[in-house]
Amino acid sequence: MSVAILRFPGSLDHASAARAVEAVGGTPQEVWHASTELPAETRAVVIPGGFSYGDHLRPGAVASRAPVMADVKRHAERGGLVLGICNGFQILCESGLLPGALRPNATLSFVCRQTDVEVIDADSPWTEVIGAGRVLSIPIKNNQGAWYGDPDRTRVALRYRGEDRLGSVDAAAGVLDTSGRVLGLMPHPEEASDPLHGSVDGQGLFRAAAAA
Amino acid sequence: MTRVTVTVMPKQGVLDPQGQTVARALGQLGFANVGGVRVGKRIELELDGDDPLGQAREMCERLLVNELIEEYEVVGEGGGSTAS
Repeated sequence: MSVAILRFPGSLDHASAARAVEAVGGTPQEVWHASTELPAETRAVVIPGGFSYGDHLRPGAVASRAPVMADVKRHAERGGLVLGICNGFQILCESGLLPGALRPNATLSFVCRQTDVEVIDADSPWTEVIGAGRVLSIPIKNNQGAWYGDPDRTRVALRYRGEDRLGSVDAAAGVLDTSGRVLGLMPHPEEASDPLHGSVDGQGLFRAAAAA
Repeated sequence: MTRVTVTVMPKQGVLDPQGQTVARALGQLGFANVGGVRVGKRIELELDGDDPLGQAREMCERLLVNELIEEYEVVGEGGGSTAS
C-alpha cells in the first residue's frame, strides 16, 4: 500500500525510509513539503529524520508549519497512520499531533549508537505486531532527543533500556497519540531494517505502514 | 517601524543542560559564587502597524515559542512589555 514519505529542506533519511518500506512490500511515495495534499492513495505517512530547516528556532518548529502538515493532520483525523522518526518525531510534537517536546540531550552531545528499546504499549496499529515487552535493537542519532512531557497523560510506546535515556522523562524513546495511530520515536527503525544493518528489529514498524 | 524584543527562556523545572554546562565551566574558571545559570535566546523584530506588541505576542504563540518548555517576554522599543 502507498506510504507517503515527507521531504523537507534538510531531510536526510527519506531514502532509507523508502528502502525500508520497499523491503517489506510497501510502495513509498516521496512528498515535497510545499504540497498542500498527500497523494490520494496514501495509507500511511512517514516523516523521516534529518535537520529540517537546519534545526533553526527549535528542531521541527518550522517544518511543522509547512503546507503539507495541514493535510497530514487531516489524514490522522480520518484514521490514517503517521510515523515520525527522530526529526519527524520533533515535527509531530511541534505540530501538536503528539504530546510533549524534544529538548537537548542531557549530555549536550550528539549521541550515535545502537541502543535497546522496549515496547511498552502494544495496543496500537504500530506496535501490536511487535508485541509488548519485546526489546528492539535500533540505533539512535540525535542532538535533541530528550522527550519532555507528562508521562501520566501520555501513551509511552517505547522506553530506553540501560543508560541511553538522553534525559527523556520516563526514559521515553517513543510516544503515541491517544488514538494510537500516530507514533513518534527518536530511534531509527529504517537503519535496522536490513540484515546488513546488523539488526532487522525496525522492520515491524514499516510492516505496519505497508499493511495500512 | 517599532523594534520589539522577545526574550525566550527555558521554563523553570525544564532541564536546561546548556545552563548547567555554563555553570560548571564558570566554576572551573574560579567563579565560586554562581548559584545557577539559565541560557535562553533573544529575538529582535522590526514591526510595522498599530499593535506591534500584540502582533509579537501572536507570533510567539504561533511559532517563536513552544510554551510547553519555554516562557517569553515581549518588550517594545519605547517601553511597554508583556510576559507569558
